[in-house]
Amino acid sequence: MAMTKKQAVYFCTGCGIGEALDIQALVKVATGEFKIQDVKEHPFLCSPEGVDLIKKDIEAGVNTVTIAACSERVCYGVFDFGPSVIVERITLRERVAWVQEPGDEDTNMMAEDYVRMGLTHAKAAELPEPFVVENPSKTILVVGGGLTGMTAALEGAKAGYDVVLVEKGAALGGWAGSVYKLPPLAEPYTEPEQNSVPTLTKAIDDNPKIKVYTAAAMESISGGPGVFEAKIKLNGDTANARVGAIVLATGAKPYDPKKLGYLGFGKPNVVTHADVEEMAKNGKLKDVKRVAFIQCAGSRDQEHLPYCSAACCVESLKQAAYLKEFNPDAQAYIFYKDIRATGKYEYFYKAVQQTGAVFVKTEIPGVQVNEDGGKLAVEADDIILGEKVTIGDLDLVVLANGMESTASFGEEVVLESEEEAAAAKEDEPAAPPDQIIKSNLLNLAYRQGPEMPALKYGFPDSHFICFPYETRRTGIYAAGAVRATMQVPTAIEDGTGAVLKAIQCVEAVARGEAVHPRAGDISYPEFNMNRCTQCKRCTEECPFGAINEDEKGNPLPERTRCRRCGTCMGACPERIISFKDYSVPMIGGMGKAIEVPEEDEEKPRILIFACENDAVPALDMAGISRMKYSAWVRVIPLRCLGSLNLVWISDAMSGGFDGVMLLGCRHGDDYQCHFIKGSELAEIRLSKVSETLDRLGLESERCRMHQISIMDYYRIPKLIEEFVEKIDELGPNPMKGF
Amino acid sequence: MTAALEAAEVGYEVFIVEKNPYLGGRVAQMHHYFPKLCPPNCGLEINFKRLRRNPRIKFFTCAEVEKISGRKGDFDVDVKVSPRFVKPECTACGECVEACPAERLNDFNYGLDKTKAIYLPHPFAFPMKYLIDRGACADSCSKCVEACKYNAVDLNMSPETVNLKVGAIVYATGWKPYDAGKISYYGFGRHKNVLTNVMLERLAVPNGPTEGRIERPSDGKEPETIAFVQCAGSRDENHQAYCSQICCLATLKHITYIREKNPNAKIYVFYIDIRALGKYEDFYTKVAQDENVVFIKGKVGEITEDPATGDLTLETEDQGAGKTVTQTVNMVVLATGMAPSTLEARIPSELAALDAGGFVISSVSETGIGGAGCARKPMEVSATVRDATGAALKAIQATVGGGE
Repeated sequence: MAMTKKQAVYFCTGCGIGEALDIQALVKVATGEFKIQDVKEHPFLCSPEGVDLIKKDIEAGVNTVTIAACSERVCYGVFDFGPSVIVERITLRERVAWVQEPGDEDTNMMAEDYVRMGLTHAKAAELPEPFVVENPSKTILVVGGGLTGMTAALEGAKAGYDVVLVEKGAALGGWAGSVYKLPPLAEPYTEPEQNSVPTLTKAIDDNPKIKVYTAAAMESISGGPGVFEAKIKLNGDTANARVGAIVLATGAKPYDPKKLGYLGFGKPNVVTHADVEEMAKNGKLKDVKRVAFIQCAGSRDQEHLPYCSAACCVESLKQAAYLKEFNPDAQAYIFYKDIRATGKYEYFYKAVQQTGAVFVKTEIPGVQVNEDGGKLAVEADDIILGEKVTIGDLDLVVLANGMESTASFGEEVVLESEEEAAAAKEDEPAAPPDQIIKSNLLNLAYRQGPEMPALKYGFPDSHFICFPYETRRTGIYAAGAVRATMQVPTAIEDGTGAVLKAIQCVEAVARGEAVHPRAGDISYPEFNMNRCTQCKRCTEECPFGAINEDEKGNPLPERTRCRRCGTCMGACPERIISFKDYSVPMIGGMGKAIEVPEEDEEKPRILIFACENDAVPALDMAGISRMKYSAWVRVIPLRCLGSLNLVWISDAMSGGFDGVMLLGCRHGDDYQCHFIKGSELAEIRLSKVSETLDRLGLESERCRMHQISIMDYYRIPKLIEEFVEKIDELGPNPMKGF
Repeated sequence: MTAALEAAEVGYEVFIVEKNPYLGGRVAQMHHYFPKLCPPNCGLEINFKRLRRNPRIKFFTCAEVEKISGRKGDFDVDVKVSPRFVKPECTACGECVEACPAERLNDFNYGLDKTKAIYLPHPFAFPMKYLIDRGACADSCSKCVEACKYNAVDLNMSPETVNLKVGAIVYATGWKPYDAGKISYYGFGRHKNVLTNVMLERLAVPNGPTEGRIERPSDGKEPETIAFVQCAGSRDENHQAYCSQICCLATLKHITYIREKNPNAKIYVFYIDIRALGKYEDFYTKVAQDENVVFIKGKVGEITEDPATGDLTLETEDQGAGKTVTQTVNMVVLATGMAPSTLEARIPSELAALDAGGFVISSVSETGIGGAGCARKPMEVSATVRDATGAALKAIQATVGGGE
């Protein structure tokens, strides 16, 4: 329900704003052009007296407050007046007073435009109301019952949540369940640890909050966070579960030893880590005396697995310890490139060294495994001794054969429908599709494919160092060796962290809030379906696969999958997608509110659309650093450049702007866009508008995009200056005045 | 911050007690993260935004936990808040800095430059509020008081104690670089051009003390030859017996800083093992392809300085060649590892347990007090974030009493 607005505007004149700007002229914009009666100024608005001034007006009925002062990044808490008051901030300090010549005519024109833009937005914005699903489920589904999944299930249940745990095998445990012992997990980190899987299994069996399905797999998952419908395939039967969020913990598979013939696999007594675990469990290690371990068997090898499998060094140390346990006379030889016993595992490495194990540094492809009269011999170049060594009379050669994610097996899904294939023929630039591998783990009933998008080597990992649980499928969190190769303690930590994210997701959904990175946001996109032309751009471009389609091609947004970035809003050529506080007309209106001087005034205007995650803070930092830049620019912050709608650019160009600049996050392999594809999509859209501009006889150079990070703030004045020079070169926009 | 934010976004009330005058910790001092080579301030910015919009988090800066009593689910914590001498009314306008006549060594830049006695801890400081290092002030000076239009400076501010009632306590107190001065044979502190890896971060950052120029402290010249000494104080019974986990990748990252700025620079890395786990291997592969980078397996024994040139000679046993070799370079970077902050600043509670190295080993879900991130064991940034996320869950378990 739209509220009746009662607007007020407050100008702060502190921190140099009053000295730099003609505040009376700004007041006149508010009272004259926008007919707002409540307009006040204060020399120190963020002081208790200043805030009281605003509070009194709110008590008297003001419900839309525009604060023309400093950046909300710097001064945030004091201007929070609760959920029923719309607060619009105009950043006069960092974006005008501190970056422009004080008292200059152009400086004031800039400030006046920012007042117009802010008031236009404040006038149009509505208070968002949360989208709350009926009876949201807070149950967590954990797919995969290995160490990571068992940990996730148990930790989630301990926090009070119901858990459904689905395991493909006949019993819980996964890979960890199959080993004799685990590597050390606690001080003093010197001996293998009793396998905790039986204890964990019992704890899970005894926990009434956990429902376990073994010999089970996911048949399908539809819906979204809070309202997932999971079908679980059992032996000849199907179980249904309504769940709120999902942890994907299906683990890894050992690298196929059949591919390791070059290291002797196939010869008698050349075995893998898994074989040694079996031998240990069956007591068969007591007759084994001389054993060679070959590390990086398939890992760190461009011909096989280019990555390091992370666990194998510690696993071999553990198995070397087994040898001594069963036979004190046993001798281990470990052929390695680097012993990666990181952190406290250094203690374990040292302990195994002290038992007499011999370590030979060598290059792994290059090690020869030969049969030696019923025994085996390993020949290698010892880098430390600088000579060839041969270790013979070996009972066993163990290949430390690494791991591959269970998500990496399967055919790649091709999503292109016939129409899309036809569109592709027109050579329209498009963002590369997500790589979806049909690994049969989740079987999502999503228009965007049945599994999590894969990153390099098929791992459904996060691309963010700071946000390792960032996910491209909202409410589904990958954990453990399915996500990245890892050691045992890391898998336990990962299962714990992932289930917290799942819990956080179900709680956020119950409150009607977004999850990371817009956690707490209650606005969501609404689709005006009357005008939809079934072009499918929104479904295709949503980075999170939040939109399904009906058979006619109408979008069916799954609201709780939405991350509120607005990429769909930017994609839609019919402009039917809007948020209560963010829409195509609202942002477009801000651009239109800017006064564009006539050509003969020789005051060009450049509109900058800047991503609020990195580019806007960078602009703030340029301001805080008192850098000076051109007075011709006006900045509109966007949720993400992915929400950039082309109509804003064409409106700007036909409205007489001389140039448009986009500032967004880095894209490509090392993307930094918090919504994954937003900045990339914006760049693609920009390339399309360039063609339109060319056709209109406007130079495509009038629009450009820069990828910047927050740390590039010191480059901003230069980037703007270069663009201003280009615009000068091109001359004024001939559309001015039309 | 991650532990706090993750718990708060579930719906729990959280307090952050931070010793520094700003949030963000050690990563705020880094130029890039490996292997993406992206700026930490980008992720910090998102976290500050999460924090700003979350009413369930309160934080204290310049604050330390002084006393803990009670038990899991019901703790009573005394927090000592040291005075900033600048009140919350500070608008960060910066006029006080212009007026301030006194200087102090800039600890944020590891002493590589100076700030005024009244200062902003660093350009991205959150909260963006100034503070005063009173030890650096002249006795009767009050120029900043006069300069502040907002009456935000209060030179008579005194420490305060805040009492908090909480259900669980997570120590996410991070690490300090191992004191390189303790490795006397490497000459840190005596030889000007022996730096540590964390100092190199500050030299590389564009808003750092050299505006991003990697230069020798002795003469400001750009070094042409640089040696990295791995495991400087780590994996060493005489110093820290454990492996600090991050230093290999940090060095690989530092090589990219140098090589990007100087196409002629020649780099020598003295190492025991290069520990680039998982997909980090790709980063190692990429750096190792650089022909100007030489990896030498061996532990450096001693570093001597040529007083005339400031150049340094490293003596090491090249295990590959099986003989003692020397290498003379313009600058040496010691890949010093991490010492947990809890080694020195012990946790004032018997419910917290530490290992010999000072790392926290008690669990939040068991005793109510535990560690997260590098307070628990050495780990890299993404691992600390995962661990802190898990710690948030353990804290919730302790709070709701569901953990039994």
